[in-house]
Amino acid sequence: MSFPILSSILLAPVLGVLIILFIPEKEDKIIKIVAAIATGITVLLSLYAFVNYDQSVGGIQFVEQIPWIDELGVVYALGVDGISLPLVLLTAIVIFTGVFASWDMEKRAKEFFVFLLALVAGVFGVFLTTDLFFFYLFFEVAVIPMYILIGVWGSTNKEYAAMKLTLYLLVGSAFALIAVIGVYLYTGLNTFDIQTLTQYTYDVGFQKFAFFLLMIGFGFLVPMWPLHTWSPDGHVAAPTAVSMLHAGVLMKLGGYGLVRVGIFLFPEGAKFWAPLIAVLCIVNVVYGAMVAMAQKDLKFVIGYSSVSHMGYVLLGIAALNTLSINGAVAQMFAHGIMTALFFALVGNVYNKAHTRMIADFGGLAHQMPRVATGFVIAGLASLGLPGLVNFVAEFSIFVGAFRVYQVLAILAISGIVITAVYVLRVVQKVFFGPRNPRWDELQDAKGIELVPIVILCGVLIFLGFFPSFLMELINNGVDPFVQEYLSTLKIGGMF
Amino acid sequence: MITLNHYLLLSAILFCIGLYGALSKRNAVAILICIELMLNAVNINLVAFTKFLTPEVLTGQIFAIFVIVVAACEVAVGLAIVIAIYRDRSSVVVENLDWLKW
Amino acid sequence: MIESIGLNYIWLVPLAPLVAFILITFLFKRFKMLSALTAIFSMVISFWLSLDIVKTILTDHSITMNSPLEKAVPWLNMNGLFIEMGALIDPLTAGMLFVVTFISLLVMVYSVGYMHGDPGFSRFFSYLALFVFSMLGLVIANNYFQMFVFWELVGLSSYLLIGFYFYKDSAAQANKKAFITNRVADFGFMIGIIILYLYFGTFNFAELAKGISSSSDLAFLTLAGILVFIGPIGKSGQFPLHVWLPDAMEGPTPVSALIHAATMVAAGVYLLARGFILFASSTTAMTVVAYLGGWTALFAATIAITQRDFKRILAFSTLSQLGYMVMAIGVGSLTAGMFHLTTHAFFKALMFLCAGSVIHALHKQDIFEMGGVFKEMKITGTCMVIGGLAIAGIPPFAGFWSKDEILLVAKENGYTLLYVLAAVTAFLTAFYMFRLIFLAFFGEKRSDYHAHESPWTMTVPLMILAVFSIFGGFIGAPFVEHGFASYVYFGEPHHPKPDIMLMGSSTLIALAGIFLAWLVYIKKAISAEKIANQFAPIYKFLYNKWYIDELYQWFFDKIVLGLSALLNWCDRYIVDGIAHSIAWMTRTIGAKGRYVHTGSLQTYGLVIFAAVVVIVLFLAGPVVGGVQ
Repeated sequence: MSFPILSSILLAPVLGVLIILFIPEKEDKIIKIVAAIATGITVLLSLYAFVNYDQSVGGIQFVEQIPWIDELGVVYALGVDGISLPLVLLTAIVIFTGVFASWDMEKRAKEFFVFLLALVAGVFGVFLTTDLFFFYLFFEVAVIPMYILIGVWGSTNKEYAAMKLTLYLLVGSAFALIAVIGVYLYTGLNTFDIQTLTQYTYDVGFQKFAFFLLMIGFGFLVPMWPLHTWSPDGHVAAPTAVSMLHAGVLMKLGGYGLVRVGIFLFPEGAKFWAPLIAVLCIVNVVYGAMVAMAQKDLKFVIGYSSVSHMGYVLLGIAALNTLSINGAVAQMFAHGIMTALFFALVGNVYNKAHTRMIADFGGLAHQMPRVATGFVIAGLASLGLPGLVNFVAEFSIFVGAFRVYQVLAILAISGIVITAVYVLRVVQKVFFGPRNPRWDELQDAKGIELVPIVILCGVLIFLGFFPSFLMELINNGVDPFVQEYLSTLKIGGMF
Repeated sequence: MITLNHYLLLSAILFCIGLYGALSKRNAVAILICIELMLNAVNINLVAFTKFLTPEVLTGQIFAIFVIVVAACEVAVGLAIVIAIYRDRSSVVVENLDWLKW
Repeated sequence: MIESIGLNYIWLVPLAPLVAFILITFLFKRFKMLSALTAIFSMVISFWLSLDIVKTILTDHSITMNSPLEKAVPWLNMNGLFIEMGALIDPLTAGMLFVVTFISLLVMVYSVGYMHGDPGFSRFFSYLALFVFSMLGLVIANNYFQMFVFWELVGLSSYLLIGFYFYKDSAAQANKKAFITNRVADFGFMIGIIILYLYFGTFNFAELAKGISSSSDLAFLTLAGILVFIGPIGKSGQFPLHVWLPDAMEGPTPVSALIHAATMVAAGVYLLARGFILFASSTTAMTVVAYLGGWTALFAATIAITQRDFKRILAFSTLSQLGYMVMAIGVGSLTAGMFHLTTHAFFKALMFLCAGSVIHALHKQDIFEMGGVFKEMKITGTCMVIGGLAIAGIPPFAGFWSKDEILLVAKENGYTLLYVLAAVTAFLTAFYMFRLIFLAFFGEKRSDYHAHESPWTMTVPLMILAVFSIFGGFIGAPFVEHGFASYVYFGEPHHPKPDIMLMGSSTLIALAGIFLAWLVYIKKAISAEKIANQFAPIYKFLYNKWYIDELYQWFFDKIVLGLSALLNWCDRYIVDGIAHSIAWMTRTIGAKGRYVHTGSLQTYGLVIFAAVVVIVLFLAGPVVGGVQ
């Protein structure tokens, strides 16, 4: 048997947790180094998997299977394809940079990194596993540490936000759980293997029912309007690394679940409900962007921008063709990197200035030129500037969605204008303008603080200029499924 | 002739007295005594059934001994709690012992 | 296959400035002169290659508008989306490459002097290099997607350069405005290329041309044409998205010359020329293009006559001239539009660089505070006058030939109204240009300043551009054989018959404009203040740019921000309100329900007993009933 890459990715943070548990509290430098190494390993391994994935073969690769609960047919099964691999890489990059972004964490550093790594192990698990039971299990593993991380290390209304986030996510997962159990009992195959379940033919009524549950369940996570209010609150309250992970990765679990479980298992159900998702996601895009414009707190702006951008993901999913789903997966990746960059930068500023109110700032580019540069790059990525990976993703979604929903696609494209307005307003108000002597004490990002900024900007630009590395891999994962299950059906039935 | 029914009737009466006492007595010690009454009602049942239905095996008697042992333990623990409460509150009136209240 | 270094290494044309950008940003930032030299050196490479391409096209006649040379590499290949990055080389590309690299090179040399001592010296050159990269990528694009990508990237460089003095609030406002206005336009442009792609299955210009010429779906072509045209409306500052260009003058003056006069704003016209077949296939789209262009030309000129800021006058003049070009395309002459683009690039860059030279010396921008500058700055002044004569359309200066050709085609193709509009605009142009020149360079000093001629790095580019502004028009003048029109055309080369009457009348119109300016501002036979007071409402209306900025500001402040605040309120109190009320319900049920727990063990016991009785009755009921 070859080297178990995927298990290593999953276990590296777990191992990190175990090691950190045995390091005394006061040795926080060592704790951080261990966390950096553990997450660094995941980056290297997922890059290795990313490069060595054989596109000519396609399908699920690097498979590992160990029977777990024979009676229920649960198997510890790992494997990645073109859809999950980019997201695994995304998770690795975000957590690696997240560790560096929280390098100055001093309050209970040991516990912080333990929970952070536990959380990320759960996220990796969701993307890596091909077993529905483990999918659900890892998902729950990812949610719970979030509660503690926000509740203890957060800011601004943290208890409220932590409780809200956990309740929303648990309600969502309850819906999904019903669907998971329903599928298991309905098929009667005594298996949770997603591949096997995908090949099973479900009757249309059941598909509509199950897809509806998944749509609501994962809709909480994505987050789909009007189930979205947990996410800006959560973003704002969470400490920097958790915001990065939360906006960068956790929200993607919903999109990933909708694609992997929702659409591929229940194509008929997806066809039926797609128009509803499409309408709601336009609300996400336009409404999220408009609300972002009204915010006064930097993190709230980014929080609502996430709501807006995840609307594009939903639009890609709702259009149900290869191109749009490619775009949706790519947008998850791109948005993850972009928003992680945003939060890393805002966290950096907040740590030094102890405020995030836009009105307090002005002319910050004088004192923090590097942060300003990073912020402009993130902003440009956010508004979909070509040359940054977000553009390719959004463009694919637009072209794919335009085939199906002309009017809605036009509304969605109008989102890029509104995004430009609020992003550039923030950039102007915070970073441009005359020098403000109040912030003369602020140090620009330097040394270890630069690690996340450089890496994340680098990924955005590199994949922006060479998107084929990412997009063709995704296409490789999405296309066969779409050809097999979606190409023959027509969307609609609801309206 | 004393039949099974007589035993069962005795046991039922005993149980009811015990239950009534357990639910209505104010003194914690009295409640413990009433619980003993209920357990002994059960013991009578067990032994009587064995005697009349399956005299060749002693399941009922053995069960009764188990119950007696458990009852002894329970009284020991129960009295210990009662004493502890009395030390704290100088009273064993159950109506005042509503610390579980909302 | 033609052997030519330029054609073989065409990819190096945009890549050289990109490399310069990367080198400056990451390595040379600390070394000012090295940065500038790197940028200039990269421009020399691009310029030399472009020259080679132009030379090849002029000497070897195998590359024409109808048989372009195309090179492409796949960039992205997915099911349902195939995108290439490539180069399309024909005389149109070559001409544009020449203009862009030539002006960029001059402007970079000029900037060495102009930006001397600025703390952001290296940053400036890195942005310039980034701009040139984007612009050249746009010029050589062989498909709409690539065009769009670089279209946005030039927008980015423009954003960065307008906001170069980011510490000035006005600059920070202006670059935001520029980007957002262009975004609005790109919104239409993007939808346009998406529907083209979905309809024809390709972004490639050549393949699209084939599809369009064989398509008969007129409604679709009109729609696509107008949507694509929205892009140039923004980028080339056509009404009503022109508002960003005057504000863009907040950037350093070389930037205004290069980006906001000569090259980037002309990208819209270039796009119209590149996708000409799309517009040509729909009369409606063409008419829209033509009239919008004509209207913009006149509209901007009316504003320009009232402005006081040196650079803003030039900016409105740019808008007006861009209107001419768009109109030329709209009335059906790609040749005239591109010809005017080329000559305009020379003389408008010249005038902006003169403006830079003056501002550099005086540190003032208001022409009413200048006067008599000519005495101290002879070279700059002479160059400015040459530029003025060129834009006014006095023969034999460059602007005369190109403007004349536009008037000619407008008349020839039966757009009489547009012809009149253009003629009126020509009069206004001559007037406001010489108003500027007379006020700033002649007459008495109106404020305290000390002027001096600029260093040679600034004057040499001026002189070179001046030469081109004088003689540049001959490439397309009607008496020149194998001129501009023989290379850059749509369909078949078309040589409009020179019309002596028209030439004469347009010259007279221009002279009349100059004469009027002379009367008002030198001779003072007519008092400008008096007229302004007499027609105060009109004057104020024009001075305030038709209140269009105010209208947009009002729309943004009241409608957009209002809506945004309203939605924010909804999010807080309605969407979240529902969630909170669910939480409140749960809490309330819990709060009330807890009274069931009395804490009295005996109550619990009683309840348990009652429950057992009920269960037993429930289970045993049927049995008992059966016994009975």
